[in-house]
Amino acid sequence: MDNIISNISKTFESRVRLGIMSILMVNESIDFKNLKEHLQVTDGNLASHLKALEKENLIEVKKQFIGRKPNTRYIATDIGKQAFGEHLKALERLIGRGI
Amino acid sequence: MTKQENHLDQLTEIREMMARSSKFISLSGFSGIWVGSVALAGMAVIFYYFPDYFYMRYMHNSIAYPDYMLCGSELLAFLRFVVVDASLVLFFAVAGAIIFTYNKSRKQGKSLWDDTAKRFMVSLMVPLAAGGLFVLISFYHGLYVIAGPLTLIFYGLALFNAGRYSLIEIRYLGLLEIALGLLAAIFVGYTAIFWGIGFGILHIVYGVVMYLKYDR
Repeated sequence: MDNIISNISKTFESRVRLGIMSILMVNESIDFKNLKEHLQVTDGNLASHLKALEKENLIEVKKQFIGRKPNTRYIATDIGKQAFGEHLKALERLIGRGI
Repeated sequence: MTKQENHLDQLTEIREMMARSSKFISLSGFSGIWVGSVALAGMAVIFYYFPDYFYMRYMHNSIAYPDYMLCGSELLAFLRFVVVDASLVLFFAVAGAIIFTYNKSRKQGKSLWDDTAKRFMVSLMVPLAAGGLFVLISFYHGLYVIAGPLTLIFYGLALFNAGRYSLIEIRYLGLLEIALGLLAAIFVGYTAIFWGIGFGILHIVYGVVMYLKYDR
């Protein structure tokens, strides 16, 4: 049991972080505005969670300009995808045990 | 809440977020009903002005008997009428679909033109534009009979393709349109009927199903 629990990474504990990672698993990349819309959170809240994920090397940030407007896109790194995949598996196993 | 439920909740939320962020789900059922009705109205206008065409000549399933087909200036006038009529139908259908979809996406708290909508439109427009140009080229070569079935086939392919980025029902609708187009290509004389079913009735049925399943 301890083994499984250790796979439930602390990094993914918050709802916002789970949301960010699930979106990035199925989308190649997404910009801040669209991310905010999907998750229904404030700018500051989203930015701090993104920072945390970036610090752990789970996501990558790409800044570019569309015309004159700055546009920041987020991409899940290979490490991030793997870590999130394991987190999902662990969640599923935990649920499987209870039933 | 027990830990168990908590984990289950998380998984459900993750799955929902994956679907919501990768699929264009704001297409409303009303837009289907609207598009179908506009198409049927367009057909009715053609039927009103060219009743002969439906019954006497065109309905006769044969291109081997030229005396049953319209020819010369009569054919030209008819084709011109159909092209104008179809363009108007297309305009009103698309405009209505956009308005209904805009309303729905606003209710969902999403913006109309997000990444999912872009992906959906690109995968829809590529086969559709190719088909549209191909139909024009078939006109250029004087192959009028095949133009009607082709529109159904290419529209079906476009829906089937774009359906990957939307709800599964769009893909089914695409398959049905393709089947109708192929049937129309065999029974060319009945293209008008297949058009009515494909662009009119199928859209309305699709719209009602979507409304009952998702919008209510």
